[in-house]
Amino acid sequence: MVGGRSSRALQVLRYVALVILAILFLIPFYVIVRNAFSTNQTIVAARWQWIPKEWDFGVIPSMFEDKQLNLVNALVNSAVISVVQTVATIVLSLLAGYALARLDNWVGKLFSALTVFTLMVPMAVVFVPMFVMTAQFGWIDSYRGLIIPVMFSAFATFMFRATFATFPSELEEAALIDGANPFTAFWRIVVPNTLGIVAAVGTITFIGAWNAFLWPLLVTRSETTTVQLALSQYMTSQGVRYPELFAGGLVAIVPVVVVFLVLQRWLVQGVETSGIR
Amino acid sequence: MSPATPSAEPATPKASWWRVFRGHQGRNLWYIGFFLPFLVGLVTFVYIPMVWSTYLSFFDARNTIQPTRFVGLDNYRYLLNDQMFRNSLGVFVVFALLIVPLTYVCSLGLALLLQGAKWGQAFFRSVFFLPTAVSYVIAAMVWRLSLFNGARFGMANSILRQLGGENINWLGGTTWWYWPVVISLRLWLQVGFYMILLIAGLNRIPQDTYEAAALDGATGWRTLRYITLPQLRTSTVAVMMLLLIGAFQAFDEFYNLFGSIGSYPPYARPPLVHMYLISLGGTQQDLGLGGAATVIITTIIVLFGLGQNWLLGRSERKERG
Repeated sequence: MVGGRSSRALQVLRYVALVILAILFLIPFYVIVRNAFSTNQTIVAARWQWIPKEWDFGVIPSMFEDKQLNLVNALVNSAVISVVQTVATIVLSLLAGYALARLDNWVGKLFSALTVFTLMVPMAVVFVPMFVMTAQFGWIDSYRGLIIPVMFSAFATFMFRATFATFPSELEEAALIDGANPFTAFWRIVVPNTLGIVAAVGTITFIGAWNAFLWPLLVTRSETTTVQLALSQYMTSQGVRYPELFAGGLVAIVPVVVVFLVLQRWLVQGVETSGIR
Repeated sequence: MSPATPSAEPATPKASWWRVFRGHQGRNLWYIGFFLPFLVGLVTFVYIPMVWSTYLSFFDARNTIQPTRFVGLDNYRYLLNDQMFRNSLGVFVVFALLIVPLTYVCSLGLALLLQGAKWGQAFFRSVFFLPTAVSYVIAAMVWRLSLFNGARFGMANSILRQLGGENINWLGGTTWWYWPVVISLRLWLQVGFYMILLIAGLNRIPQDTYEAAALDGATGWRTLRYITLPQLRTSTVAVMMLLLIGAFQAFDEFYNLFGSIGSYPPYARPPLVHMYLISLGGTQQDLGLGGAATVIITTIIVLFGLGQNWLLGRSERKERG
């Protein structure tokens, strides 16, 4: 297209910009690693050290033994909560989304309206009512209280509905005529062909559950503390030791970053389907 | 669907209504069954609680969910006269005015930068997208304790001193210096997400539009101004609204940047943080006040949602001509 020198100069500029921005975006990750493996003295030294004068890898064992931080318990809780919530959300929303895509009478319209309204009013905004209900059930400081109220995701239901709406119904029709009931047709024919969107919704749900803060802050007392909560409390406690705190942060980031990188392709696809039609 | 034969079968109106309703082979009943578990959850954890807490908002419901003392509109009156509550709405306005346009411009900038890159696109996209995986808690930890620590060992303060400046007490609240901290944190976390959305939007612009514009001699800014931005309008409206609603829900990063052991300073309180502090955060729970705050805030956000639909509808009508 437009010729030679100026466009090549533009490409060089573009890559200079990209590299600088990439470094800026990676600095916070580097800071976590740096702080996790430095001594406290290095971190609070008068001048910021990009590369610590001495590295210290002794923090990992001491972090797991720290009673105040209580990391092992928190990691187990976070893992259980995130996995159970992800599976439950996918099952519930797959079924509900399929129903929304196939029900074309007034009941379908009613269900759609009920779901759209919850999409408009995010969970974060109605946390007081949700807390009232959860307290009424006696679910404070339990896995049930942390998982069940937040596993009904209007967002996930809508993502699945959008996918099923474009799924060719001839395939299901054939199975139904052969005598399969709608559930068999759904489970055997439809679901296996939409695993991409399942992966996308699963990744988004898992990351959201692992990183959740507000709901655990309300429901947790001591038994069911999560990683985010443990870090947040340790961060503001007295006698906080920076290397341990940041090593804890590093441990909390690793699972999501792994899930993220492995499933990135699906995630991108999911984001693209989610935001804008 | 099999056509009914009314002449041969004088079915009662009720029966034929039922036949239509249940659908061919009773499929609709199956679909309703599929939706039921989800419906039960929505009703139990969204609808009933909202009605209940609206009910609570008319009562003095301190430390109880079965209150007896009816106080009418007192909770609402208290909130609307509460300077801190009004300030929290002000904090939201400032936050939204900063974060919405900045995120949009940065995301679009990254998307355009990436689109023109010949190699390494996937790598750079991953780098910009990766912060999406990090929690607000951990980001707040890095921002508060390392990057923008008010002490001299913070990164920003170290750099400032090298440039001959003074230490800044970033989060101290006597100045407005906490805004760059809050804004840069959220930018870092969410720019990658919106970049992906905008890349999807950019990819939907037909390539021949650009080619036609290039033939007409349009380059750089003019292409952006007259081709890209108008074609991207639907995505833009949607992204802006998502950003606005996201800003309204801000809680995690504020709480973790400013809060410390059971206390939160009077400044830099967005609505949800203030609502938390007055209803559930203290030593005693005031669910009546929390209920009233929920009603007010839900109303605001529903108005946002309706505004979004209206804007989207309008831009679609415009596109059709």
